[in-house]
Amino acid sequence: AKKVSFCSMFRIRSFSGRFRPLWFVCSRFVSSRSLASGVKGEQSLYPGSRLSYSSDVDECKPKPPGKLPDEGVSAFRILDSGGHVIDAKQDPNIPEEQLVKMYQTMVLLNTTDKILNESQRQGRISFYMTSDGEEATHIGSAAALDSNDLIFGQYRETGVLLWRGFTLFEMINQCYGNHLDGGKGRQMPVHYGSDHLNFQTISSPLGTQMPQAPGAAYALKRAGTGNCVVCYFGDGAASEGDAHAGLNFAATLDCPVIFFCRNNGFAISTPTEEQYRGDGIVSRGPGYGIESVRVDGNDMLAVYSVTKAAREVCVRENRPFLIEAMTYRIGHHSTSDDSSAYRSTDDVNYWDKQHPIKNAYNYLLSRGIWSESQDKEFKQEQKKLVMDTLREAERQLKPSVKELFRDVYDEMPPHIERQWNEVQQHVAAYADQYPANFDHDHES
Amino acid sequence: MARTCHLMRILLTCVLLLCCTCVGKDRVFNTPLSEQGIAGFGIGLATAGATAIAEIQFADYVYPAFDQLVNEAAKYRYRSGNMFNCGRLTIRMPCGAVGHGAHYHSQSPEAYFAHTPGLKVVIPRSPIQTKGLLLASIRDNNPVVFMEPKVLYRLAEEQVPVADYEILLSTAEVIREGSDVTMVAWGKQLYVLHEVCDMAKDQLGVSCELIDLRTILPWDQDTVCKSVCKTGRLLVSHEAPLTQGFAAEVVSTVQAECFLHLEAPAARVCGWDTPFPHIFEPFYVPDKWRCFEAVKRITSY
Repeated sequence: AKKVSFCSMFRIRSFSGRFRPLWFVCSRFVSSRSLASGVKGEQSLYPGSRLSYSSDVDECKPKPPGKLPDEGVSAFRILDSGGHVIDAKQDPNIPEEQLVKMYQTMVLLNTTDKILNESQRQGRISFYMTSDGEEATHIGSAAALDSNDLIFGQYRETGVLLWRGFTLFEMINQCYGNHLDGGKGRQMPVHYGSDHLNFQTISSPLGTQMPQAPGAAYALKRAGTGNCVVCYFGDGAASEGDAHAGLNFAATLDCPVIFFCRNNGFAISTPTEEQYRGDGIVSRGPGYGIESVRVDGNDMLAVYSVTKAAREVCVRENRPFLIEAMTYRIGHHSTSDDSSAYRSTDDVNYWDKQHPIKNAYNYLLSRGIWSESQDKEFKQEQKKLVMDTLREAERQLKPSVKELFRDVYDEMPPHIERQWNEVQQHVAAYADQYPANFDHDHES
Repeated sequence: MARTCHLMRILLTCVLLLCCTCVGKDRVFNTPLSEQGIAGFGIGLATAGATAIAEIQFADYVYPAFDQLVNEAAKYRYRSGNMFNCGRLTIRMPCGAVGHGAHYHSQSPEAYFAHTPGLKVVIPRSPIQTKGLLLASIRDNNPVVFMEPKVLYRLAEEQVPVADYEILLSTAEVIREGSDVTMVAWGKQLYVLHEVCDMAKDQLGVSCELIDLRTILPWDQDTVCKSVCKTGRLLVSHEAPLTQGFAAEVVSTVQAECFLHLEAPAARVCGWDTPFPHIFEPFYVPDKWRCFEAVKRITSY
């Protein structure tokens, strides 16, 4: 039989996950006496914790003491509002070419957003969501990752996909639900996904990705690829039960996952003052035993920097990290929303002046690696590119109606096959009552 | 001859302990107490390429995981255009009446999941069936909800082959052939109907054909319809409440496919439309007397 030493019997798992021997054997016998006498500093032996007793009740409350403090955790920034580096030591020294690419990707996203938003208003696509004001949270973080890191998004992370190489054509095909859509026309616009870019397909229910991400991270950890998972979510989704489950599982099961919260101030019309009473999302991390940081989400360099640091910790130590990126949702929640109903245009305009793209533009200018004329030309080019792609996507056929019935399971079971046959017969008999711009089935 | 008994629960516990000892805590482990977390974590594991076998302590507690199972697992492949899937997920849970379980240790929630395209739902009736169906479910490339009638953990004994074998999903089994009445059930209820078959034969001279559905979704319509076209009479029985229980789906399909062959309306003998009671369990469950009465009714229609 394995000999168990006296000390190893009392080994308990400490808060940070490292085993420490428990030296205070004698306290086990004096604990009842210490309660009566109120002696400070006596150790207890509750399973899974390491705590002292105290007769000072204020010592027995976590700090802050449960109320929203006057000043929350600071947000890390490298660039000031004018786009100048505050402390040169913090500069992540991103190569110039990459800096330009980061800026250009943000501009492409913003340009595409404006045009596709407009195209919904024109009835060309059914729905759209912009990322106006949050571009730096996407590109700053995406640029700090490895292309094999697996991404779970919420629905406002299009810039992450664009950074990885998702083409405009792929994007707009999905919005049109045509036969070239990777999702085969099954979901609403902006529910992108890409297996070759390691970006999990978006689903509408909020927060559901949050326990999935640590599960995937656990599998990656065991596979030993040296990759991590990144899980994006918003300030509203952070209230869902799945968020709590996801954070707790990630910490408890030692999962290499970065939880990246885009705190943009709103969950549709619910402002953050009505979403939580504590200090945002960063303050919750320690409750789970997760190292956390708050960052200025409009500062592309700061977002890059904290994501890079978080990634290193995740992969090296197989534990989760929580980043809360403070930003502002300049656009409406979606094309189904009119935010003038619940916030002032003054607020929106204020944040438009702090726009992350402007910030990055000023920085690039100060570095001498971009110019006003380049910017004008680039923006015109992008606009034309988006319009051309839109027109090309628009004229494509929709997928074969058989795609309505495929992929429910890996193989089509008999009862679904019967329903597909029924639809074919029905549509043949009532052809002019159904839209005609659908492709034939190429596989049968 | 030395008797080797393999109680269902011993089988499963042994498998679990064996797993823990042989393969280590990184492969067989506890999680924090959160069914939505368990289901979500399992989906994540599966989509990243690992085989995930999640366990819910009682089927009665699966509902916090309902969103993950219905909105995520079931739709994972479809919504992504087959770019992603969580087919390597199996989620197991003990279900069904146990004699004293009442509201929260007796439920049979198969009907909720049967209404979800993209999931498979499997319910075994015995140790031999469990091993074959569970291995098939684990290896099936679709998320499977595997419900284990808990009363059978202690009651069912069989000589389970130690070799690897699978039982094909979505295939019903005719476990007793007959000519007058088709009886359809799954899990523990088959034992009740088995007795009723004998009672019907002895007391009414009625020959019953007993079918174990085994897979609730997608279910083997062909075997059931073929049987009813032969017998002309159908009885479906389950512990879950009558209204909107899975018997309704079976009866509905059979009347559409076998209408002109039916000699009598189909009978459903199920739990009553109430929460599963404690002290009233003997009155609640679809026992052999209620099933026998139903056979009498449909054979004298």
